[in-house]
Amino acid sequence: MSVRLTIMDQMAQVAREHGKTLAPLDDNLALLDSGLDSLGIAVLVARLEDRLGVDPFTTSDDVQFPVTIGDFVRAYENGAR
Amino acid sequence: MARAEALSLRHHIENAPADQFFFDRATTVGVADLNRGTSLNGRLAVLAGRSVLIATTSQLTSGLALIELDGVARRITILPPDVDPAHLGALIATAEVDAVVVDGDTSVLFSNVPLVVTCTPHIAPSEHVPRAGLVTEWVLLTSGTTGVPKMAVHSIAGLAAAVPPQKFSETVVWATFYDIRRYGGLQIFLRALIGGASLILSSAGEPIADHLGRLGRHGVTHLSGTPSHWRRALMSPDIGKIAPGYVRLSGEISDQAVLDNLRAAFPNSSVGHAYASTEAGVAFAVNDGLAGFPAAYFDGVRDGVEMKVVEGSLHIRSPGTASRYVTPQSGPLLDTDRFVDTGDMVERRGDRYFFVGRKGGIINIGGLKVHPEEVEAVINRHPLVRMSLVRSRQSPITGAIVVAEVVLKPADQPAPKEAEVRNDILRLCRDALPRHKVPVSISFVPALAVAATGKLARRG
Repeated sequence: MSVRLTIMDQMAQVAREHGKTLAPLDDNLALLDSGLDSLGIAVLVARLEDRLGVDPFTTSDDVQFPVTIGDFVRAYENGAR
Repeated sequence: MARAEALSLRHHIENAPADQFFFDRATTVGVADLNRGTSLNGRLAVLAGRSVLIATTSQLTSGLALIELDGVARRITILPPDVDPAHLGALIATAEVDAVVVDGDTSVLFSNVPLVVTCTPHIAPSEHVPRAGLVTEWVLLTSGTTGVPKMAVHSIAGLAAAVPPQKFSETVVWATFYDIRRYGGLQIFLRALIGGASLILSSAGEPIADHLGRLGRHGVTHLSGTPSHWRRALMSPDIGKIAPGYVRLSGEISDQAVLDNLRAAFPNSSVGHAYASTEAGVAFAVNDGLAGFPAAYFDGVRDGVEMKVVEGSLHIRSPGTASRYVTPQSGPLLDTDRFVDTGDMVERRGDRYFFVGRKGGIINIGGLKVHPEEVEAVINRHPLVRMSLVRSRQSPITGAIVVAEVVLKPADQPAPKEAEVRNDILRLCRDALPRHKVPVSISFVPALAVAATGKLARRG
């Protein structure tokens, strides 16, 4: 499964567990408007670290907090390289 | 440092500037109006000398009631918004509450209290403003305990010990992502009030985009929150709506990433972090842009504050500490030398100290505390679980999250698949616990280390 698909799959999974409804996901959508709150995003980042072996928001020296879904996916695509 | 002496809040607003306001989403209140009016429907006099619980739903009415009641009530107990209603009876009995201030239709919760007074954000003119002559006890609730929160006793002099007593010389607009009914937020309320600055309060359920927009419109200059609050703001497309010159973090461990990102987002701002707790008061501020704090902070007395490390835990003695808990059953708040054990574990690396977690393994998830034992108790209900260990895992978003390690009983019949047991355990947790306490992952391990005391060995 591609990095992007893994992320989308996990977002749907976390949303289900937290009883949240995901907005139609689009790269320009703000992550905080996706339907996941801070706790949901924290859970998502941990799950993705378990699956992809990387947490791009902790490991890199120059951490940028993701604003959009596109930022979020790109951080993993760059980190997984 | 010069301190605000034991002046009541009423004294501090006597010379309130005409442009000092409290804002929330719905209302704007001129602070100076309280010098000639009341938010308590003319009923301040009947609250004189009483032990008053402030139980309003909005932060704004809580703030107004605090100003009016300091120096008038015998004791003020401030109820934070997230307290379990099941604990209200115990809190009311412990604090000997004989009057409640509300701002809505919640008086049914307080049918056992003899006097219920309604506070509104509309200041009614009043000719008879009672004199503020008492030294009121301020009772703040702690957030780190399971069961009924502990109640720490402060005085206004202690609460304001770290607040500069003079008015700001420039126009300052304070805001906080905290709730002013918790210690960290109350510090910001006092800084704004005593400094003659306006204060923008958040409203319950307000989306971050709306809140940031409001902060921008009111021209926020000074803004404080926890690292988790700030990370959420940094992830918002609306972060560009604000340009505070003074950015502060406290309430959780500030890591280098959040400090660096705030400096990048607000290149012309002073970005600093501070350490304070409900029991220990304000201990120190760090303004060099780095995580942790200089080891030199342990040398002598700084701004009235002394610190030491005992078995890894930070201890603080200062005029800002609480004096005691309301009930002796909560244990002594101060040791015999009047130090508070903060329970925050620190570690020295080079010439700096860093926070490494909580004594007893309490996990702080974006400001919400989790006791590992309460989660373990739920996991251990599963018939196939022998024992479990719940611990924290670092999170770049909320500082920490909960993970669990589980030892299964040996199965005498064909064992169900691990994935099924994991799902069963997670279902138990979701049914019994709030979301932030549900482990994000469960790993099955052959054994867990048990310390010589017979207790689970908890790391960090």
